[in-house]
Amino acid sequence: MLCDICHKREATVHITEIINNKMTELHLCEECAKKKSFQMEQHFGLADLLAGLSDFETPIEETKKSTLKCPNCGLTYEEFRKIGRLGCSKCYTTFESNLKPLLKRIHRATKHVGSAPVKETGKVKKTQAKVKSEESEINKLKEAMQIAIDKEEFEKAAEIRDKIKELKKNKSKEK
Amino acid sequence: MELSDLLGQTSEWLKGTGDSSDIVVSSRIRLARNLEKIPFSHWANEKQKKQILDIIKPVVINHELMKEHLFCIIDELDEVDKNLLLERHLVSKEHIQPGGSKAVVIKNNETLSIMINEEDHLRMQAIKSGFNLQGAWDIVKVIDEDLSGKLEYAFSNNWGYLTACPTNTGTGMRASVMLHLPSLVMTNQINKVLQAIAKLSLAVRGFYGEGSDATGNFFQVSNQITLGYSEDEIIDSLSRVIKQIISQEKQSRINQLNNQRKMLEDKIWRAYGVLSNAKVISSSETIDLLSNLRLGSDLDIVNGINSRFINELFIIIQPAHIQKVAGKKLNSAQRDEKRAEIIKDKLKK
Repeated sequence: MLCDICHKREATVHITEIINNKMTELHLCEECAKKKSFQMEQHFGLADLLAGLSDFETPIEETKKSTLKCPNCGLTYEEFRKIGRLGCSKCYTTFESNLKPLLKRIHRATKHVGSAPVKETGKVKKTQAKVKSEESEINKLKEAMQIAIDKEEFEKAAEIRDKIKELKKNKSKEK
Repeated sequence: MELSDLLGQTSEWLKGTGDSSDIVVSSRIRLARNLEKIPFSHWANEKQKKQILDIIKPVVINHELMKEHLFCIIDELDEVDKNLLLERHLVSKEHIQPGGSKAVVIKNNETLSIMINEEDHLRMQAIKSGFNLQGAWDIVKVIDEDLSGKLEYAFSNNWGYLTACPTNTGTGMRASVMLHLPSLVMTNQINKVLQAIAKLSLAVRGFYGEGSDATGNFFQVSNQITLGYSEDEIIDSLSRVIKQIISQEKQSRINQLNNQRKMLEDKIWRAYGVLSNAKVISSSETIDLLSNLRLGSDLDIVNGINSRFINELFIIIQPAHIQKVAGKKLNSAQRDEKRAEIIKDKLKK
């Protein structure tokens, strides 16, 4: 049997892919199989992200939200879902309740802690300094927890989880 | 400055200087910024895009860092010139698609390039040679701060800089490092490294960014997360990962030198042989061979060739550069001939 991709070399690797419940079989030579597996790995980060994009809201809310339209630029929420891009800065206010869980899924955070425009800094910088250190501490721990889980070091992961809980508790007390 | 002036100079990021330049080709910081209210460029109509350009252009070209600059309206360039900018990493693939009022402002030494009306109103990027994310950040930070005092940036206290794509919201920052990892590829360790990178919420791309394959053992590693971390933290955590990768590549090179020296030397000298004798050569073959030659020069197996020389070759053998040098349009077969000629000529010197 010849390779399905190059049609030149003998197929020695056989891959079964299941996409949307459809099964496809690929018969590849070693060289093409290597290339294919490399592509798959390369796109891992992106695929991961897209998987997150597709299930960012619950179906019950969908009917209500899909009629939303930005009064400033005219982009509808449906259009945003199709093109994956927002229409203008006001869209962030219009679609706020949908964007919050989406941003959280993409970035695992919902609060900006970086720099601010010069025009804003007078009022922003002070308030951010404190939030910044706490939020980023939690984020760092979350990342460490994920790494521990990936390495299957579950005891360590549990320890980190407790630390995060503690930090979050302290933060809500202050508020 | 004229576009044709680019041909006579070496981009700052290709100079082969800076930390770990035997493994890190270049470091880049890109910021995405938008103006309040006016639709983001991908969603704006032609009139609004013109308005965006009219607001942003004077502020950018009058900035101190941009005293000596090249300004281009993308639609006014021919295909070769558009691709020339792309090959030099001064514009993105998306930006050279037709679409009126798209422009780019490039600092004369090519360290700073500002795209107007890409998917966001402003995309500012600084590139430095070697492992120098801080250096790139220092440049782009200056112009961003100054612009933020003159333009009404779209910004929210909660979500930071508001961008067309939610994957950029927050700092709007993409920090990326271009790595040359031939030894990890040769010894089949690269997949392990790539898997680890993906787990750390970092992205890996090829030589020409999004949608490009990794050719010639070049990998571009960048942050994916832009919200919830400060710019310094993003740079810091990416740098930590890059340092790890550098040390793995270094170790792998040492192992190969100790255990497979002859095989390695053979591979490198064969690359040299083909490059200096070929009559017809494609760009993908050239890039693979140049990658081996670069390794040879980094390991002192081949003397008299430095990384700046090889970095430069990587760019001038690209299709648009060859046609620009030839001064006319060439088809693929003609380019392969001209390419072999250029390389042979360069290696003779």
